[in-house]
Amino acid sequence: MEGALVEGQWPEWFVASRQRGWADFEKLPAPAPKDEKWRFSKVKALALDSFRYPAAVADAAALVGRSTGLGESAARFVFGNNRLLAATAPAAELVKAGLVVMTLEEAASKHADLVEKHFMAHEAKLGSAKYAALHRSGPVNGVFIRVPENLEVVLPIEIFHWVEGENSAVFPHTLVVCQRQSKATVVDCFRSSDDAPAFACGVNDLVVEEGAKLNYVAVQQWSLATTAFHLNSTTVGRDAACLGMQVNLGGKFIRGESYSRMVAEGARSDMLSVNIASGEQMIDQRTFQDHAKPSATSDLLYQNALTGKGRTVFSGVIRVEPGAHKTDAYQKVRNIVLSDEAEANSMPGLEIEADDVRCTHGATTSQVDDRELFYLLARGIRPEAAQQLLVMGFFNTVLDRLPDARLRGPIESLVEARLKAALPA
Amino acid sequence: MKHLKIDNLHVSIGDREILRGLSLDLPTGQVHAIMGPNGSGKSTLAKVIAGHPDYTVTSGDILFDGESILVMEPDARARQGIFLAFQYPSEIPGVTIANFLRAALQARLPEGEELEATEYYAKLYEKMDLLEMPRNFTSRAVNEGFSGGEKKRCEILQMAMLQPTFALLDETDSGLDIDALKIVSHGVNSLRGPETGMLVITHYQRLLNYIVPDFVHVMINGRIVESGTKELALKLEAEGYDWATEPEAEAVGA
Repeated sequence: MEGALVEGQWPEWFVASRQRGWADFEKLPAPAPKDEKWRFSKVKALALDSFRYPAAVADAAALVGRSTGLGESAARFVFGNNRLLAATAPAAELVKAGLVVMTLEEAASKHADLVEKHFMAHEAKLGSAKYAALHRSGPVNGVFIRVPENLEVVLPIEIFHWVEGENSAVFPHTLVVCQRQSKATVVDCFRSSDDAPAFACGVNDLVVEEGAKLNYVAVQQWSLATTAFHLNSTTVGRDAACLGMQVNLGGKFIRGESYSRMVAEGARSDMLSVNIASGEQMIDQRTFQDHAKPSATSDLLYQNALTGKGRTVFSGVIRVEPGAHKTDAYQKVRNIVLSDEAEANSMPGLEIEADDVRCTHGATTSQVDDRELFYLLARGIRPEAAQQLLVMGFFNTVLDRLPDARLRGPIESLVEARLKAALPA
Repeated sequence: MKHLKIDNLHVSIGDREILRGLSLDLPTGQVHAIMGPNGSGKSTLAKVIAGHPDYTVTSGDILFDGESILVMEPDARARQGIFLAFQYPSEIPGVTIANFLRAALQARLPEGEELEATEYYAKLYEKMDLLEMPRNFTSRAVNEGFSGGEKKRCEILQMAMLQPTFALLDETDSGLDIDALKIVSHGVNSLRGPETGMLVITHYQRLLNYIVPDFVHVMINGRIVESGTKELALKLEAEGYDWATEPEAEAVGA
């Protein structure tokens, strides 16, 4: 890929940050197979030379038309190949109440203080600093959301990012600031308009201030030839709650990193993920539950179904910093392995430097349960359909944690459709 | 009239023989009860008919209307019309009763045909009313967190929806209090009819006060040792199984 490319109307600080990003990307070493943060991964998959900044998509209207499936929304933004294709602004009364939903580019000038304060404010510590730098250097596009104090946005805010064309590279970014006592739901949908190999380097920054509640869902449906990074950074304040759910259905190589900080008492972070790895797919996820202050809660549940030669990696750390007493932290990864050639690697971990904490972690890997399977067969359900039903049930136990009933159905349908393709009946 | 005929059936699990030459003829339109002490092989019989993979039929046959079903997979037997109400139904996390039953009914339709949703729900609600099950049951995961009574009601709900030709009720009374027993029995009785044959397996006579059988068989040590009418059940209640126990008998399997 070429050096930093600046298109559009960005303020000076942003342009400088972008140039710094490129310098950092060039300077930082590529991951090595022996690097602990890349254990069990496939660093060979990270040859990025062939990818390039893409031209505009061929048919913007068609992609906008296909940007549906999740029902009603409070606002909808559609991007294709790093360019804004369509935007449906929030209703006037929400705007009047102070809700801001606009492109990052526009926000970088109009809300420079908030954007500059929170845009990639935290170093990517889970192994992908180099790719975080690449993101910073790229033609980043995406949405900035500010939910003002005390406002509840009932309907989800939806963002679609499309990639199109062979070897296209996209840099989606979502920055959400939920101010005190506000509530919102944000959904990122990552999609390919074709089956071509592409590269996505996405970052989100989620900031949830005192007493606020944010639900964030990412539904990743890149083409099965795509290489993608999704680096998530979440900061949860006093008595605030963030529920983040990563749904990985596509991609050839997906590297997900989710770093969640509980920075004040009473903070709560739910980290959820549903992953299907089939064919030659690899889904590599690293997580960090950082308890900086006492009496905070984090609850991680990642569930993977693997088939074909699918591979998954889960490496997670719960860190309880000195003085963070009364921490309640939970971490669980569950794998269902449906073929002999699939491989699930799980590395749960704890670093505890406080007393009086409750931390549990665990990983399980199994096949479909024989007793459950026989029960379904005894009702006349054919073995392939029974397996689909059981795996979907396994995923439903995660999807059930979505507090927004409106989102639940459409997301379940997307997971089910992918599962049926991966596990044909 | 159809027949489920069990012909001199020998069944083992590993090296252990559990059924040792069992024969039985169950026609549609009748309810037969099988009674016997723990370990006599009652549950094994039910599971073998359903096709459970843990058991091996070493000789004999099971005939569904004259055709052997031993070569059929469990799902094919179920579609043919055999239904097993489990003694210990499995919990299926994340799969709702509505989705589970829809999949079971869908499996019975010809390829390419879709289950009609409105009719399906109408029928489901009708059967749930019969079993005094609240509507929100449909969105609960199958058997997950259910009480003993709820699990058994759920089994009978499935039977009511799938309308089997032959139903095997394995200790359906176990774990039920008297109210739940009455509801379940009422559900079962409403499904009796000329098109259905039922095999009611029980340890206790109590259930047979509510589901009155046409015939009662006593099973000891992997064989039927006595058959008779419903009065036989009362005799067992009064006298226990000792009179029917063969001298060389010893407890085997579950």
